[in-house]
Order: sequence, then structure tokens, then C-alpha cells
Amino acid sequence: MPAVQETVERVKRIDVDQYRYGFETLIESDKAPKGLSEETVKFISEKKNEPAWMLQWRLEAYRRWLTMTEPTWARVDYPKIDFQDLYYYSAPKPKKTITSLDEIDPEILKTYEKLGIPLREVAMLEGVEPKVGEEDPARRKIAVDAVFDSVSVATTFKAELKKAGVIFMPISEAIREHPELVQKYLGSVVPTSDNFYATLNSAVFSDGSFVYVPPGVRCPMELSTYFRINERNTGQFERTLIIADKGSYVSYLEGCTAPQRDENQLHAAVVELVAHDDAEIKYSTVQNWYPGNSEGKGGIYNFVTKRGDCRGNHSKISWTQVETGSAITWKYPSCILRGDNSRGEFYSIAISNGYQQVDSGTKMIHLGKNTSSRIISKGIAAGKSQNTYRGLVTAHRKATGARNFTACDSLLIGDKCGAHTVPYIEAKNSSATFEHEATTSKISEDVLFYCVQRGLSQEEAVGLVVNGFVKDVLQQLPMEFAVEAQKLISISLEGSVG
Amino acid sequence: MALLEVKDLQVRVEEREILHGLTLTVNEGQIHAIMGPNGSGKSTLSHVIAGKPGYEVTGGQILFKGEDLLEMAPEERAARGVFLAFQYPVEIPGVTTMNFLRTALNAQRKARGESELMVPDFLKKVREVSKSLNIPQDMLKRGVNVGFSGGEKKRNEVLQMALFEPSLCILDEMDSGLDIDALRIAADGVNALHSPKRAMVVITHYQRLLNYIVPDVVHVMSKGRVVKSGGKELALELEASGYTQFEDAA
Repeated sequence: MPAVQETVERVKRIDVDQYRYGFETLIESDKAPKGLSEETVKFISEKKNEPAWMLQWRLEAYRRWLTMTEPTWARVDYPKIDFQDLYYYSAPKPKKTITSLDEIDPEILKTYEKLGIPLREVAMLEGVEPKVGEEDPARRKIAVDAVFDSVSVATTFKAELKKAGVIFMPISEAIREHPELVQKYLGSVVPTSDNFYATLNSAVFSDGSFVYVPPGVRCPMELSTYFRINERNTGQFERTLIIADKGSYVSYLEGCTAPQRDENQLHAAVVELVAHDDAEIKYSTVQNWYPGNSEGKGGIYNFVTKRGDCRGNHSKISWTQVETGSAITWKYPSCILRGDNSRGEFYSIAISNGYQQVDSGTKMIHLGKNTSSRIISKGIAAGKSQNTYRGLVTAHRKATGARNFTACDSLLIGDKCGAHTVPYIEAKNSSATFEHEATTSKISEDVLFYCVQRGLSQEEAVGLVVNGFVKDVLQQLPMEFAVEAQKLISISLEGSVG
Repeated sequence: MALLEVKDLQVRVEEREILHGLTLTVNEGQIHAIMGPNGSGKSTLSHVIAGKPGYEVTGGQILFKGEDLLEMAPEERAARGVFLAFQYPVEIPGVTTMNFLRTALNAQRKARGESELMVPDFLKKVREVSKSLNIPQDMLKRGVNVGFSGGEKKRNEVLQMALFEPSLCILDEMDSGLDIDALRIAADGVNALHSPKRAMVVITHYQRLLNYIVPDVVHVMSKGRVVKSGGKELALELEASGYTQFEDAA
């Protein structure tokens, strides 16, 4: 049988059923009543001990949401979501207020252990071999803010960050402890009226992370959040807000896994980034939520709004994402290049297998002078999946000297999948320079045969070729994450070849 | 001792028979040349020995060290010592040559139940071999064959041959696309690898290559069969009189 034929055969037998993270934690949880109403919004706000202004903000969003309709322009197909049939809040029931890791429910800690997340401070993540000239990565630390369903159960490294003046805490705490910062920035990048899912999130977001890096501070460690959706039929509505004040730098890692479920779970997060003058934010995501089983049943619906505002001059925001999971992905991490000489970057690897549908890309909105942006997107489609890149690059009338470079490459494995590229390019002034490159290719039988002739199995050969294909993007990830991502890519493509 | 025995091999590609009962025996330490016009089935033979998909063996057998080669997956054949130097080596963007060499070598070692080669030992080995083949180190840092000249691609094949230490090397049209200097470098590399335990099968159109790699046996193929075998002088005879005389014999 020709190699490609074999590949196709294997794809049919894809073993996403054996999803590695498919286990469920049995703990009592504290749920809001099913469905969405002003009462649900009030319930959540009350659970969080929120100040009145926050409740007001949520209610306004809720009322706005009632007037909105779901967007349908994305190339994804799914049954209509019954928003009244979901739970909007689910928290592990705490026995008392948690002050140290030892007091966390051991069941929860066990879940994190299965995920391989080092919640305990002793288990700080250590890097791989240092490259010559780089500082010893064994000393690099990662602070983990673990979000279990909707509540951050623990924040590590808090003390050390505090020394540097960095605020890193669950956003629910920030609302109480730093209301002036939250009020100033929340919704300033993604307004409550932005889009159907962002508005929904604004009304019912349960928790998420808050980061503030003061002027001139280089955050002493990578900040990391692991999201995990556990409760059945719980929409997860994370809200993340990161502010890099003048001349500061922060690198933030977000990783996600969800246990295996039959029902589709809704996830609608909002991430807002604000970079002031000369500040830089690097935001990396590895997403491996449950993609659904071999018949396309189950899996996460992921409708996410991520946007960064390069508010200051010479500021920089860089998004890097490795998307391997979810049944439906609807996600466009974007940059508003408002400050002069600001820069936005988007590096993406999106892998789809089985019946997954991905519609992802970015928006680079050039408003300031001499702003530049770079988009490198690598889509890999296998099985019966559909993989769409959708991107917008636009230069405002006043954005003189705007520059963009876009490269969208798609790789197809088998002949039942699809790759689509939908770029929108608008230049409203004559001095903008926009470049767009796109390629679509298949893994050729000749390449596979060359590799197996040298002793690699078909699966190893595909893994090697795919890792070569995505190399430019993998290099953008922090080292610890790059290793994980590389493994994840092989796992997601397992069973896609003969 | 016979290393490779091809017996009455019949092969089809999409309903069309390409090899009609080909027989060939290659002993350890020998160099065989297979010559013949386009379409005579030379490359098909090399592909079937290496296990390329898309060919249907309808009759005959291939024994390698006395074992049935056709029962083995292509990667297993590689691990047992079958090496095919490609006429057109493929490009693999983003995968450095060094990484490729190490992954392949360790896959073969693993299949043989040997331990993986550690990085320092591997690097030492690669440096030695690449130096002898006049391959600059920076070429090893580039993507596999990406932007390589014809000569560099062929030298990269010889480099892999030297690293993997196969017992049977099949060189498919190694001379195509090479100028005379590149040809000499590649041929010198091949000659250096010749040993009493290792056999070479050199597939070529032209006698030219055989000035550099001197065969023990020359076979002439036509229309899917070996129609004549002889010593190295047979190649010179072919060069002088062409293949036409053999077309009827087939």
C-alpha cells in the first residue's frame, strides 16, 4: 500500500479516544444554578465577594449580551449551543480559606500531578541544556497560577515576585486588592461590547490571572497558568489581564488540558494585554484540550478573544500559540499597534486531526507610525479535520511606514482534510509595506520513503517532517514549553500515519 | 558468500509488469554495476530491494543474508544493512542534517537492539566522516539537502552510507547531475567504504562512473531482465557499441 494511502487508513483509526488527560477528579463542587440570568451574574459576583462596581460592570455586559447574536462567519460547523443549559460557575468547595499548598484538597493536587504540573515550589520547572552564552536555565523559575475549573487554587512564588514589585494573582483577588488597576484596564482592550463571546465572558467570568509589572522591571521568572476544565457542562470563562508598565518585560505561559467528556464544553476566555512605552509582553499558549473522539463526538468548544494593545511607543507584544486540542477553535490573538514604532508578532502552530475544526489567525491593526508586525502561521491538517487561517492586516490612514510580513504555510496529511487561508489586507496609506506569502503542501511519499529507507518508522518520519515544518514557530517558545510542545505535536499526530 | 540473491523477480506497477523474472546474486565484498537504457527496470530493482511502496511483487524472491527481504518493512531492511543512495535525494526543510543523521542512526541502532549513540560519540563520528568527504560542518547545520548543490546532495548520501555502515549499498544513478570533480569526490568516498564484508551495486547509464568505481561484475539490463553479465570490460564494450545490440536479446 502506498505510504499516503496507509497514512489515510491510519487516520481513520485515529486514537483520540485514548486522550492522555482523560480522567476526572471527584470532589464536591460549588455550582451556580443552571442557566444564565441576572441572578447567575449576581451569584458569581457574590461568590467572589466583589465590590459593587464589578457587579455593575458584569450586569451591563449581560444586558448587552442579550441583544447580541452568535457570529457565524467562521468556517466551523456545530450544533446550536443552548446557553440556558450550561452551568456558569463551578468551584471546588473549600473547607476553609487556603493559606498554603498543604491545605489544598489532595485530589486536586493529584490531578495536577497527573498533568505533570509542578505546583509545589520544590518542583520548580527546570530547563533543558543551556545554550552557550545563555544564563543557566536551571535557575530560571516558573511561577504557576493554577486555575482548577474556575478558581485559582494556589499561586506560587508570590513572595519572590512581590520583591520585584510584580503583581501576579487570581483576577478575583486583584479586583479586591488592586481595584484601581483593574478598573483602569479591565475592558480597555476588549470592551464589554466587543463580540458575542467576549461579552458573555464579561458577564460571567469566574477567574483568571492578573499581572502587573511596574515600570522598568524585568519580571524575574516566566509566569504560568494551567487551565483545566473538570466539571461536566461547565462553561469556563477565564479572564486574564496583563499590564506591562513603561520599560518592563514579562513572559507569560498558558497551558490547558481538559478531561475527556461526552458533552461538548464551552470555553470562552478573554485575554487582554497592555504594553506601555518600551514595554514588552510575550504570551505563549499550549492548548491541548480534549478534541472529541474518533467519531467527532464530544470535545471542547473554544471561542476565545485575545488581544494585545501596544499602547506605548516602542512597545512590543508577541503571541505564540501551539493549538492541538479542542473540537472547535475560534481564536484570533491580535495586536493593536497604537504606539509609534510598536511591534506585534504572531507565531502559530495549529494542528487538527480527527474531526477537529480550527478557525484561527490574528489581526494586526497598525495605527501608529512606523509600526511593524510579523505573522508566521503553520497549519497542519490530518484526518477529517478542517484547518483555516484567517487574518487581518490593516494600516490606518495615519500609520505611515507600517510594515507587515505574513507567511502562512499549510501541511496536509491524507486526503480527507482541508486547509484554508483567508487573509484580509487593507492599507489606507500609501507608505505601508505589506508582504504576504502562503504555501500549501502535502507530506510527499518520496520524503517519507527517504526517511524510512534511513531507518525511521513511518510515524517517526511524519513526526520529523512536521517538527521541521513548525520549527520557526517552536523556536519562539520558551525552552521548557518548546520541549512540551514538541512532544504534544507527536501525540496529536499519533495514529495519523502508517 | 552470497549477500543478496534476487531470484526470478517479477514486479508490477499499476498492472504493468516492469521486471519479468530478474535473477542476480551479489556476494560479500563485490562491486556490481547494473547498466541499461532508460526504462529497462534498473531503478525499479533498487526501489523493490529497498521496499518503496507502490510496487507489487508478483513472483520470485529476494534473499538478504539468507532471509526473505520482501517480508520486512523498509525501515527494518535499513536496520539490517540495506542502503539506497538516491538518484534525487529529497529536501526536508527545518530538519537539520545533523539531527536527521542522529535520529536515523539511533533508530537503526534501536531496531538492532543496540544502545543509542551519545551525542559526543556521535559528533566525533560525524566530524571524522564528513572531513574525509570534504563536507563542511556548516552544511550539517542546514536543513536536509535544502539548498544543497547536486554534488553536496550526493556527498550527503555517501556521508550517510559511511555513518550507517550498511552491508549492501545500492547507488542509483549516482553520477546524474554531477560534474567531473564532484563525481570524483563522491566516488572516492564510495571506494573508501568498500570492504571485504560490504557489497556495492552501482546503477548507471554511463561507463564514466565505472572509471572511478571499478566493478567486479557488470550486468546489462534490458526490458526487465538481466540480458548479459561479464567483467568490467563489458562496460567499455557497451560504451563503444551502445545498448541496441541487447534490445533484441531481451
